[in-house]
Amino acid sequence: MITLNGIHKSFKVARRKPGAKAALAAMFRREYDIVNAVDGVSFDIPDGEIVGYIGPNGAGKSTSIKVMSGILIPDEGTCAVAGLTPWADRKKLARRIGVVFGQRTQLWWDVPIIDSFDLLRDIYRVPQDEYKRSRDRLVGALDIGAFVNTPLRQVSLGQRMRAELAASLLHSPDILFLDEPTIGLDAVSKLAVRRFIREINAERGVTVLLTTHDMHDIEALTDHIILIGKGRILYNGTMSAVKSSKTAEGLPVEEIVAGLYKEHGL
Amino acid sequence: MSAVKTRNMSTITDIVRPYASMFRIQFIGQLQYRAAAWAGIVTQFFFGFVFVMMYSAFYGGEAGAVGVPSLQTIISYQWLKQAFLMMVVLWSQDADLLNQIVGGHVAYSLCRPVDLYSLWAARLLANRAARCALRFAPVLILAFVLPAPYGMIPPPNVESGLLFIVSLLLGALVAVGMSMFLYVLTFVTLSSVGPRLFIGAIADFATGMIIPIPLMPDWLQRALAMTPFPHIADLPFRIYSGDIAGAAAGAAIGVQVFWVITLGITGWLAFRVVLRRTVVQGG
Repeated sequence: MITLNGIHKSFKVARRKPGAKAALAAMFRREYDIVNAVDGVSFDIPDGEIVGYIGPNGAGKSTSIKVMSGILIPDEGTCAVAGLTPWADRKKLARRIGVVFGQRTQLWWDVPIIDSFDLLRDIYRVPQDEYKRSRDRLVGALDIGAFVNTPLRQVSLGQRMRAELAASLLHSPDILFLDEPTIGLDAVSKLAVRRFIREINAERGVTVLLTTHDMHDIEALTDHIILIGKGRILYNGTMSAVKSSKTAEGLPVEEIVAGLYKEHGL
Repeated sequence: MSAVKTRNMSTITDIVRPYASMFRIQFIGQLQYRAAAWAGIVTQFFFGFVFVMMYSAFYGGEAGAVGVPSLQTIISYQWLKQAFLMMVVLWSQDADLLNQIVGGHVAYSLCRPVDLYSLWAARLLANRAARCALRFAPVLILAFVLPAPYGMIPPPNVESGLLFIVSLLLGALVAVGMSMFLYVLTFVTLSSVGPRLFIGAIADFATGMIIPIPLMPDWLQRALAMTPFPHIADLPFRIYSGDIAGAAAGAAIGVQVFWVITLGITGWLAFRVVLRRTVVQGG
């Protein structure tokens, strides 16, 4: 169960006017803009659900995921993930959640992927027998056996992403945050990633919150979407309800979402 | 699923497991850079020769004045410096970790149930150990084969040799403890270039990498003795040659331990402060 209640987070961003004079002035006195990254976000995600968290770039998706995983302390609001307050119980929560940031890697560049897995086993202090079971299952389900002994720098992006997914699940978390897990992947890898997310949700009851810009990910995985824009939740409901509205009839899913963004002035 | 999570975590092995594992993976990873090591060995030979020639000319065949170490001591000092350079220099850092801080990848590390300071310290120590493991043997072998007075001589006795090893390992820990402040600074400045240059330049001089500390003026030696710098490389090298021996060596190693603990505690606290700030402001 994930609960966010009135989460607010703003950042101070240094403002610079163009030109040499302004640059010089900035050395002595800096001006800041306050940017509201998330501005009163509230939602609930029941156990065992897959939720698509969508919104344009800069909408506040990553910021809220960082709050939920304990990396970021909000200015206001309350949050509970697996019964814990993320920023107060960060290390405790770490055992209960798995996180994949699609644009970053958690695996070691120079060593075979399997060595990274072994390190994660020790970091999460997973007992050997339990680790072996969960690793073998993940290697099979994600079909990464062929390159698991290859150093990360020599595998393709699609292969890497499958390895990242496996890495985030070695300690058997009940909640998985996926921040753009399909970014830059080819069709085959995308399908493999989607199939796997469906599998762990159905078989192990893992709660999944995923952000993506690929609406086909959402279509393939879930009907429950949360739309965020300019730091606010704009829609929390089903994709089918959006699709069946009059204006959306017969349109491709990308058009519908673009329409949603437009409707909310994004 | 969560029922499995209740584990007995009280054993020592379980506590050190993540850090030992990090050391192992990083050590193995670094051993892959063999080309860099060969290039390093050639460089170390070259600089070793240059310094040895320079000091031979400087001493001009004289035994040296009273209170100044003998030429043989200084030559051993030079070869030890070349052989164990990667263990002790402060400019040898982990570019990947620095990039993690600057690029925000550190987010991943924050979602782990471990003490990040200890994890990174283990990694820095592994870097030093691996980079040194690849380089030191060829340099030492050559230095021992070279004829006197250009070559190296063994330590005067077994005790000095053993104390040298202990002191060198502690010196590497002091170097790691000081290095961690570079990562702390990088969290603040979000660019590692400035802090790295600054620390590297000061440390190269203050650790005796440019001029051996025994050849510096007395007042400077006294001033440096108050800092951790001479306890990184200068001390182990002088213990090797018997310049510092017996009770004096024991006391000096005690001071090394003091610096390891002091730097560890202050660095850990500073790390906590910058991490807290990062968590508040966003990566």
